[in-house]
Amino acid sequence: MTNLRDNRTNQHVGVFAGLRNTLLLPSWLVISVFALAPLAIMLVYSFLTKEFRGGVIWEFTLAAYDQFFLDRGLFGDESPKIEWTYINIFWRSVWQASLATVICLVIGFPTAYYIATRPASTRNIWLFMITVPYWVNLLIRTVSMKFLIRDNGPINEWLLAAGMISEPIHLINTPIAVQLGLFYSYLPFMVLPLYAAIERYNFSLSEAAADLYAGKWFTLWHIIIPSVKPGIVAGCILVFIPSLGAFLAPDLLGGAKNFMIGSLIEEQFKGTAGNWPFGAAASMILLSTVLLILMWYSRTPSGTKAKRDNGS
Amino acid sequence: MVFPDSLGDKSETGQRVVKKSLRDIRDYIGFFPMTVLCLILLYGPLIIVMFYSFNDSQSITIWGGFSLRWYEEVFFGVESPKFKKAAFNSFTIALMAATTSTVIATCAAVAMIRGGAFRGKGLTFGLINLPLMVPEIVTAVATLIFFSTIGFRAGYATILVAHIAFCIPFAYLPIAARLQGIDESYEEAAVDLYASRSRAFFQVLMPLMLPGIISGFLLAFVISLDDFIITNFVKGAGVETLPTAIFGAVKQGIKPNIMAISTLLLFLSIVIVTLSYLFNRSGSRS
Repeated sequence: MTNLRDNRTNQHVGVFAGLRNTLLLPSWLVISVFALAPLAIMLVYSFLTKEFRGGVIWEFTLAAYDQFFLDRGLFGDESPKIEWTYINIFWRSVWQASLATVICLVIGFPTAYYIATRPASTRNIWLFMITVPYWVNLLIRTVSMKFLIRDNGPINEWLLAAGMISEPIHLINTPIAVQLGLFYSYLPFMVLPLYAAIERYNFSLSEAAADLYAGKWFTLWHIIIPSVKPGIVAGCILVFIPSLGAFLAPDLLGGAKNFMIGSLIEEQFKGTAGNWPFGAAASMILLSTVLLILMWYSRTPSGTKAKRDNGS
Repeated sequence: MVFPDSLGDKSETGQRVVKKSLRDIRDYIGFFPMTVLCLILLYGPLIIVMFYSFNDSQSITIWGGFSLRWYEEVFFGVESPKFKKAAFNSFTIALMAATTSTVIATCAAVAMIRGGAFRGKGLTFGLINLPLMVPEIVTAVATLIFFSTIGFRAGYATILVAHIAFCIPFAYLPIAARLQGIDESYEEAAVDLYASRSRAFFQVLMPLMLPGIISGFLLAFVISLDDFIITNFVKGAGVETLPTAIFGAVKQGIKPNIMAISTLLLFLSIVIVTLSYLFNRSGSRS
């Protein structure tokens, strides 16, 4: 029989506590070797010298980071100026991801609130309807958006047929198309955490506010929104982070003029550019940005609570 | 706290008035239209693609009557061997990756939830969830560089290994959530009655965890089946999965047979999410 008390401390221990390390070994191994170690190697690669046609030469250099931030002229002998090309791509990614987050919040909050205030019987059906698109292939959803907004796509055909426009609205390969793709992709990521937060909101607070003659919208702004702030922050992070590194939306909907950092990275490995150290450096810059946001999040009260709930 | 829904429709009119006024306090004008807008945005593009996949016309936006010709082309047309091969790769990889990651995640969940407090618990939790925190394109780059450094040839095996690592947190979360809701006394009772630890696990705890394990498996399966970015980086020449084959075809322009394949995959996703939903519901009820 398994002893349920620790011999030294005489404290209660679980049935499977003794097997803990054995049970954790597979996940430690797989993730350390195939997820953590690759990130470390990527960091090393970002400091290596590029070889043409992909690959690297094992010589330490800061060239990749230098190329991202500084312009030294065509032959590399001029005094360095700031290189705006890549900073602009990075800035465009931040801007597009922020806009997608705001749009998702504006549409997602009323939706999550409406669902959370339905009777328990219908609430699950509403939730189910929000969840289904989340499970549908992201590529297929992006392709659907591309099909929909093309110059000769259904929307333009219908508007032309209805006589509402005289020539097709050109959306594809514009920043607007990328934005449509981004917020459409990640909208469910906003609704679900918001719903979880609003569902826990105690509506007697709204009632108390009404008793004290607060207007409904005053209550929404000053009582409900501050109470569900952890859900808002979580939803914003879940939309912002994948939008920042998005590849499919800028590639399929934006074309060559609307590069985001994800497309820049892809180009270094799969495309014609073939500069692995530069791609690794751009990936490190993206990863550092994301880690900074997550560190900030874990220091906020909502993040600390999430960490505690997950048992760390 | 008891709230409106549970106040019920008592016969006294007073209670009904309470319920009605609470409804008024809770409801905001404009939130319902916003919800409808949200659903139209989410479903509109998918429904339109589905609709046009049954279009008989060669020109894809002019309606030429209902037809299944594009589905016929998917299964028997010129490009069908390519898509069948890709579908075979996608499904076998998803099945193996989901199975392996579910087993690994189940072990990890038992250790994390039932292992008591231990040093490095937070670190282990962070490690398990690492693939969720790192942007997918960064994971893809890192994995490609890793396989290239150790001289592993890109192909079917590299996709499989990358998917296993990436799927672990997706399988872990529903399993751990389920296990947290199961009282420890079940397995303790089994051990008190002289069951071995393996019997206590396989005959007592695992059946109780099963709804979580199934949801975790299905989620991992869908994640692997849908993955484009990581697969695209580590697949090497010649090996395609459905998403990479679709992406390659879309680069040449959206043809009706792509819409037919998309519709088929769409239905598959809906079937899987419905299954997962039903399992979870049956689990929480029992």
